[in-house]
Amino acid sequence: MDNMTLNLKVWRQKDASSSGKMVDYKLDAVSQHMSFLEMLDVLNEKLIKDGEDPVEFDNDCREGICGTCSLVINGVAHGPWNGTATCQLHMREYKHGDTIAIEPWRAAAFPIIKDLVVDRSAMDRIMQAGGYVSMNAGGAPDANGLPIAKHFAEDAMDAASCIGCGACIASCPNASASLFTAAKISQLALLPQGAPERQRRALAMVEQMDAEGFGDCSNHAECEATCPKEISISHIARMKREYFKAALISKV
Amino acid sequence: MALDSKVPDGPLAEKWDKHKFDLKLVNPANKRKYTVIVVGTGLAGGAAAASLGELGYNVLNFCIQDSSRRAHSIAAQGGINAAKNYPNDGDSIWRLFYDTVKGGDYRSREANVYRLAQVSNNIIDQCVAQGVPFARDYGGLLDNRSFGGAQVSRTFYARGQTGQQLLLGAYSSLMRQVEAGTVKMFTRHEMLDLVIQDGHARGIVTRDLVTGEVKSYAADAVAIATGGYGNVFYLSTNAKNSNGTAAWRCYKRGAFFANPCFTQIHPTCIPVSGDYQSKLTLMSESLRNDGRVWVTKKKGDKRSPTQIPENERDYYLEERYPSFGNLVPRDVASRNAKDVCDDGRGVGDTGLAVYLDFADAISRLGEHTIREKYGNLFDMYQRITDENPYKVPMRIYPAVHYTMGGLWVDYNLESTIPGLFVLGEANFSDHGANRLGASALMQGLADGYFVIPYTIGDYLATNGVSGASPDDAEFKAVEEEVNAGIDKLRSIKGKRTPTELHRELGLKVWEYIGMSRKEAGLKKALKEIPALKEEFWSDLKIPDDKDNLNKHLEFAGRLADYFELAELMAVDARDRKESCGGHFRDESQTEEGEAKRDDENFTHVSAWEYKGEGKKPQLNKEPLVFENVELTQRSYK
Ligand SMILES: Cc1cc2nc3c(=O)[nH]c(=O)nc-3n(C[C@H](O)[C@H](O)[C@H](O)COP(=O)(O)OP(=O)(O)OC[C@H]3O[C@@H](n4cnc5c(N)ncnc54)[C@H](O)[C@@H]3O)c2cc1C
Ligand code: SF4
Ligand code: FES
Repeated sequence: MDNMTLNLKVWRQKDASSSGKMVDYKLDAVSQHMSFLEMLDVLNEKLIKDGEDPVEFDNDCREGICGTCSLVINGVAHGPWNGTATCQLHMREYKHGDTIAIEPWRAAAFPIIKDLVVDRSAMDRIMQAGGYVSMNAGGAPDANGLPIAKHFAEDAMDAASCIGCGACIASCPNASASLFTAAKISQLALLPQGAPERQRRALAMVEQMDAEGFGDCSNHAECEATCPKEISISHIARMKREYFKAALISKV
Repeated sequence: MALDSKVPDGPLAEKWDKHKFDLKLVNPANKRKYTVIVVGTGLAGGAAAASLGELGYNVLNFCIQDSSRRAHSIAAQGGINAAKNYPNDGDSIWRLFYDTVKGGDYRSREANVYRLAQVSNNIIDQCVAQGVPFARDYGGLLDNRSFGGAQVSRTFYARGQTGQQLLLGAYSSLMRQVEAGTVKMFTRHEMLDLVIQDGHARGIVTRDLVTGEVKSYAADAVAIATGGYGNVFYLSTNAKNSNGTAAWRCYKRGAFFANPCFTQIHPTCIPVSGDYQSKLTLMSESLRNDGRVWVTKKKGDKRSPTQIPENERDYYLEERYPSFGNLVPRDVASRNAKDVCDDGRGVGDTGLAVYLDFADAISRLGEHTIREKYGNLFDMYQRITDENPYKVPMRIYPAVHYTMGGLWVDYNLESTIPGLFVLGEANFSDHGANRLGASALMQGLADGYFVIPYTIGDYLATNGVSGASPDDAEFKAVEEEVNAGIDKLRSIKGKRTPTELHRELGLKVWEYIGMSRKEAGLKKALKEIPALKEEFWSDLKIPDDKDNLNKHLEFAGRLADYFELAELMAVDARDRKESCGGHFRDESQTEEGEAKRDDENFTHVSAWEYKGEGKKPQLNKEPLVFENVELTQRSYK
């Protein structure tokens, strides 16, 4: 249908220090072929023309790979489609007259910057704590010098698919960053290149996660359900093993 | 001004080694005394900032996104080339060099391309050591696939997410340097101008996109790795924040802009569905291995594809190019799609699409095999279009994808402004008039990991610590200009939004400076684009807030630059009266309608020099000399 009318309820908040509220907008002439973000573009064009402030929302690639888009749609991070980031959700999901609530990621470690835009720099800091292999450009051995069994490489790739969007955190009742952190720890634990720093990495990243104020994982598995890349919670189990092993060894 | 490419003497294969030996070095203990600004955190900028940090320089690194991991490079799908010759199929540094020069239709610099091929192997080593999970075979060794424009399998890949994995590799190295304190990251910061002191690039002025603060940063050298300007077309496969502003403002400060009209149109993208469309999605080129391209023979035939009998279909690529068929290079495939649509035989509601049909491949290989090969692409297609490509043919249409043009750089990647280096898609360097698939990732990482660490060291060792400070008069003056520019945009208070105006500009650029260019159209472009620019400056409407996040203010600033850039593209396209690579001049074609180069008059780089507001830019030519390959006319018949 090319002519839907929707009732939008959108979180509006001027800046980090103001308080916010849900504001109602009625939007006409929404086409089912639009993406969700294109629908918001249309709303913004209308708001600007009416002399109102457009709704700020983060986005960039609009292809589901950069991890920038970050909306909670009717209570669900990234909306109703499985394995789909907000930017790939399309309006044929909705029908004329529907009401859609749109909110930002919510977590203590994600302060709101404006409207639907939040500050996710805590996730970068977790990476800074150890989400890398310590090697300098120029010193690498031949790429085929170290064969890696295909299934390890595939598992590592599954983990590495994480787009760093933070939906796992936004959907977790404890606002835990476990799935995100585990994806990186797991990727590097599965590869021989990650081995030398395995223990140091697990300890440092988990500790940073706590320091940022993210909650604990108590196996709700909401993260896996909303993850646009369908990262498996089995990686969290691996992270926990890595962490306990490392903690044991570091005590000895 | 005579352009000095600074290509070292000596045999091609020895130039880079010799040059590295000749370059001056900065003593390890002194490196931390030097500050280098790197703008951009894509493959080029991220790799550069991390490598310079590893060497011990003090690096200030800027990006627009909320995290350096989200640069547009993340979206690259297909793969990255290298001359490893792991498949033992005859590849070599020389062959990668040769293919790239030929693919670029002989409009790139031999020495740069050769160096690129040389360091390509180090890139793969580097990425594997970082933990990039490239595809592997059952023996545990790296797998390769083939890509357009090459007869060997040299493309390394990580599913359909190669750019993501390479960028996350660079990002991890970068995060390590942030932790080590050598790199300071400034996310959500947009560079809005370059500061020059005593003729050298000494810093930048940025706007903090969250607080709106306009501020200067000083350094001993500046490296720009801000990506391409494909979004000048409004609709492109680029991310929404990709832009040409940093490069453009360097141009206006004296850096020459080379070959602005060289843009690449990718043949297989999902077509436009309506005027709300905000960007276009690429469908990997690999689909053309099994899909057959066709349109109807009759004009305006609106029947559904399955109802159109075989003898009423026109498989125009197979027909016209029997030996390459559906696998002709990007520019040829794109132009032919446009031709049949212009002829009224395009398909779908808009008539601006052609079919890419997998029915034959499915009946030959089975749906299972096709799903294994292309499952994720088919899913993505279905998610966007709500059509099942296993049952009905895909609809595809060309879209802008990459810009070969960019700031002119010499062999050291230094622009015409001393101390200003340009990396990745933002420079013009290695792809000539057409880029081969899987070569942009290679170039970005080559520039960042393996070229700039050497060449910028030479610059710093030669010029010493600059002592520049953000409090210097030159910085204050540029800051004032930047503030004035922002206020000017806010003061217009007209009726049209940046998106509306950008869309309109994009249509013009697409029409006149798109897949084929002709004198009459370019003349029109040079009338209509400035007229629309006038309208922009008199009728723009944006939210007023400058001390807060305001994306439409950002968009407006970038759009202002796109108007000027589009004009330069038209000027350049008009000047280059030959067809070459992605630049097809209607007036210069063979009897069979193929692109015809004019080597006698156009074997040069066109480097444009800004001469001031309202003045004609000046053309400077860098002659291209081919000592190692012979120039031939491409043929895919
Ligand atoms: C859909 C798609 C698929 C592709 N697939 C392939 C492929 O398979 N193989 C291949 O080789 N190539 C591919 N390419 C091309 C390739 O991805 C790009 O050319 C390459 O990634 C560009 O990298 P870059 O580092 O130069 O710039 P980018 O990755 O574009 O990074 C630009 C950086 O500069 C920053 N920036 C920009 N302006 C400013 C400013 N004013 N101030 C501060 N920061 C700024 C941005 O924030 C960003 O960090 C593809 C391109 C697209 C669009
Ligand atoms: S694990 Fe999934 S939900 Fe969490 S950041 Fe990564 S991609 Fe997003
Ligand atoms: S905008 Fe990039 S993942 Fe949604």
